[in-house]
Amino acid sequence: MYTEKVMEHFKNPRNVGEIPDADGVGTVGNPVCGDLMTIYIKVKDNRLVDIKFKTFGCGSAIATSSMITELAKGKTLEEGLKITRANVADELGGLPAIKMHCSNLAADALHAAIEDYYKKQGKGGEVKK
Amino acid sequence: MLLSENTLSAARRVYLDLAAGRPVEPLAIEAMLPYLKSSCGNPSSLHDFGQQAKRAVEEARSKIAALINAEKKESILFTSGATESNNLAIKGVANRNKDRGPRILTSSVEHMSVVNPCKFLTTKGFETIFLPVDKYGFLNLDSLQKELTEKTVLVSVVYANSEIGTIEPIKEISKIVHSKNAYLHVDATAACGHVPIDVKTEGIDLLTISSNDLYGPKGVGALYVKEGVRLEPLFHGGGQEKGLRSGTENVAGIVGFGKAAEIAKAEMQTEIVRLTKLRDRFIDGLLKPIPYSFLNGHPTTRLPDNVSVRYSFIEGESMLLSLDLKGVYASSGSACAAKTLEPSHVLLAIGLKHEEAHGSLMFTLGRHSTEEDVDYAASLMPDIVKRLRDMSPLTPKELKT
Repeated sequence: MYTEKVMEHFKNPRNVGEIPDADGVGTVGNPVCGDLMTIYIKVKDNRLVDIKFKTFGCGSAIATSSMITELAKGKTLEEGLKITRANVADELGGLPAIKMHCSNLAADALHAAIEDYYKKQGKGGEVKK
Repeated sequence: MLLSENTLSAARRVYLDLAAGRPVEPLAIEAMLPYLKSSCGNPSSLHDFGQQAKRAVEEARSKIAALINAEKKESILFTSGATESNNLAIKGVANRNKDRGPRILTSSVEHMSVVNPCKFLTTKGFETIFLPVDKYGFLNLDSLQKELTEKTVLVSVVYANSEIGTIEPIKEISKIVHSKNAYLHVDATAACGHVPIDVKTEGIDLLTISSNDLYGPKGVGALYVKEGVRLEPLFHGGGQEKGLRSGTENVAGIVGFGKAAEIAKAEMQTEIVRLTKLRDRFIDGLLKPIPYSFLNGHPTTRLPDNVSVRYSFIEGESMLLSLDLKGVYASSGSACAAKTLEPSHVLLAIGLKHEEAHGSLMFTLGRHSTEEDVDYAASLMPDIVKRLRDMSPLTPKELKT
């Protein structure tokens, strides 16, 4: 059902945790549907210098959260906003069809965190939907 | 499927998902073999090959009748399994006895092979009411009484729940149902062969039995139909099984089913004692060391082989995968492991919130399960739960490490 890459990220998730003085926080999902993830980002010179996550959810929810932190770390905010759900799934070697929309929320959480950062900076208009 | 590849390196393999699939009893396999090889006759043939097959089928029928104390072996119809038996009972009774009225009553904790035929019939002029259950999964008898009208043709209730193990008060239900002359169908898929069932003293009109659930081969089942209950067949053809289930009999499967039923009957009392002890030891091992952990279903009025628990703040599939990596195979009440996105309707019906239902794990113990097996499985849970809780945004601060 899951690729080796998904299981590897599930077993050894990268960047688990919270950033107490985060510059941006994004939460998506809902425990009712079985997936809830929060992404914390630290921004310096327009770059994502640190990123951590907390996730309630199934194997693919945890693996996609871990993967997005790897993909996003060190990237500029603009590059971070360009990472899509499909990129995350591709990097994991694919996800089961049923998981594609319910448990592949990590990109949305990252975008929400960046949006939160912009809002805090008073630059809400810069986020392109 | 990578789930199994991952476990090749696991130190031990403990299969605790017997409700999903059971090994076939070796003596049943042995009994089946001749009917897969030289004894290839069709029970409908008049010659010796045919009659030999017919005798084997009838012998199996007697064994299954004996298991549930049916009045006679002819009350047993062979089917392809529990799904067909449930469909035959529900659609068969409703369609054949339409004149009684359009109402069908069932509980809100039924298997999908009861839920969906009952829903389907609402497109054919019937009305189905799903009756509530309490927090243990017991049918609400007051609402049964209230909804049971003279126009009720059928009531379908599970004998014991495969997900949460709770055993329904069938005798009491039967008294109520028969007070209005409706028919009572009981889905005994998870119960038959594991706890004593007596269709006569319990007042059951139709009873679904699954072969694999009592260690017989998959692809076979039976429906007990009390004498005098009129049914419309699902299949029309050569008129086998008194015209109620056309199609050449699955002789080898039926023979294996019969042998497995005979063994289940002989071993039932000792297995109930052994498994109940094992079950309670396992439940203690799963719950005691971990805060915010709970049992689903009733603690004592439950199947001896069913263990269903839940852990707050984490999700079932993650636990399932974590156990799989350590060589323990279970099942989850979570949507994510199944084909739908909703958590189990059974867990929601007993009043759990969605996130609680998502945190459920189910195990079934089997004939081969040992104390070492359940102790090993339970010993893995504290680390698994701690790791997932540390990762979860729902975990309260005092539980974090």
